[in-house]
Amino acid sequence: MIAASDVVKRYGDADGVTALQGVSLDIAEGEFISLVGPSGCGKSTFLRCLAGLEAPTGGRLQLDGAPIDGPPERLGMAFQRDALLDWFDVLENVLLPADFGGYGKKKYEARARQLLQMVGLDGFARAYPRALSGGMRQRVAICRSLLLDPRLLLMDEPFGALDALTRDQINVDLHRLWTKHRMTVVFVTHSITEAVFLSTRVVVFTPRPGRVVADIAIDLPSERKLAMRETPEFGVYTSRIRGLFEQMGLIHD
Amino acid sequence: MKAARRGVVPLLGAAIFLLVWEVGVRTLGVRPILLPPPSLIVEELAASPGWFAVQTAYTLGITLAGFAVAVVFGVLFAVAIVEWKILDRLLFPLFVALNSVPKVALAPLFLIWFGTGAEPKIAIAFLIAVFAVVIDTALGLQSVPPDTIDLAKTLRGSRLKVLLRIKLYCALPHLFAGLKVAMSLALVGAIVGEFVSSQRGLGYVILTAQGTFDTPRVFAAIVILAVLGVALIAMIEAIERVALPWHHANSHRME
Repeated sequence: MIAASDVVKRYGDADGVTALQGVSLDIAEGEFISLVGPSGCGKSTFLRCLAGLEAPTGGRLQLDGAPIDGPPERLGMAFQRDALLDWFDVLENVLLPADFGGYGKKKYEARARQLLQMVGLDGFARAYPRALSGGMRQRVAICRSLLLDPRLLLMDEPFGALDALTRDQINVDLHRLWTKHRMTVVFVTHSITEAVFLSTRVVVFTPRPGRVVADIAIDLPSERKLAMRETPEFGVYTSRIRGLFEQMGLIHD
Repeated sequence: MKAARRGVVPLLGAAIFLLVWEVGVRTLGVRPILLPPPSLIVEELAASPGWFAVQTAYTLGITLAGFAVAVVFGVLFAVAIVEWKILDRLLFPLFVALNSVPKVALAPLFLIWFGTGAEPKIAIAFLIAVFAVVIDTALGLQSVPPDTIDLAKTLRGSRLKVLLRIKLYCALPHLFAGLKVAMSLALVGAIVGEFVSSQRGLGYVILTAQGTFDTPRVFAAIVILAVLGVALIAMIEAIERVALPWHHANSHRME
């Protein structure tokens, strides 16, 4: 579905910053891919290129065989800060993609309510975002990104600002939503545990300029429970990724 | 209790101020032609309340008309320069240059253009007030957070939808800040207009009373202007509370 070969992204002129230095990555339909790496390694930049928000300065980046030259159709995106609109209530926020796409809010209202119910927010449809906690807001943002049944869901460290408990719960919720809808997800995170827990594949980036240093298929049962994180099989993956970070000199014991 | 105290304290300040004024003027024997005591100003107002009401209504009408035109034009102009960069480069420097002209200096010119009716006064009130509306609205329209802009792009919304659903809402708090400034300035403009030429309004009252050294009447008009100014700002704040319900939310509209 997505084919990236040798993607380069430079900012500024010759002595500018190189964010991506030859990223090659293929993503098949229905995969859940996590991009992990240190801060500023360009994983978010790569995601923004996939979203059509930025254009690569070199290499080839294709979606379904055509170069990405703007936000593709049936794209869902979740941002670091939830980007909810404070002046609309929860239901209207979730319906925003239908409104912007001109599909009619009425037609999608039932689906919006159903999504809210799946993340336990059905009682808050008419609340303003300001009245919600960080975790609830991010759930609303996820519902919004799923409204139009996206083929491709891009998530840029959406849970970074949440406390550990909330984060665990929202990971479970997201995994359930993915199991149900099976859209292709590209998920940027700092958390190795989160990446292994959610993904079918974890891609590790080097520090800037970003390159892919490892591409690890996660072969764990498709039904993921939080307790699974304590199993030896799970530990094998996390310690392997942590080992890569150590090799790159990013963490020391 | 707390709310009651918040309301009482400023009133207490005003009461002390008036008391010091009254006692000071009387004990020092200041002549009323220089500084009348508050009691004399109240007497002046009580002597012809109907007449003062008519003058106040005229000035209020000029102020609101100038303000309304400034809001409509100011918001449209701000939207135009924010949406079309070419207009920004074409018109904004000119607009800034025009604003740096002391608008009071233009008042005599407006008499030539619009005659001696209400129009030149409305025009001056508009001219003085409009800059604040344009600057604050333009600032507000450009204050959309980067994530929200990205969101709008990924949703492939039309420019009109982005303007109506996102930018205008982002601009509202800034707009209201600008409206408060603009309202005060429109009142200034109305008075200036009446100074230049008028047979009515509080500016006219001040000017003619000054001509006959009727200082209590000058002060009476000034007191009305002060109250009017405070009331107009309070009105905008009340509208703001209604227009921006999400700003005071814990509100949870029930299903």
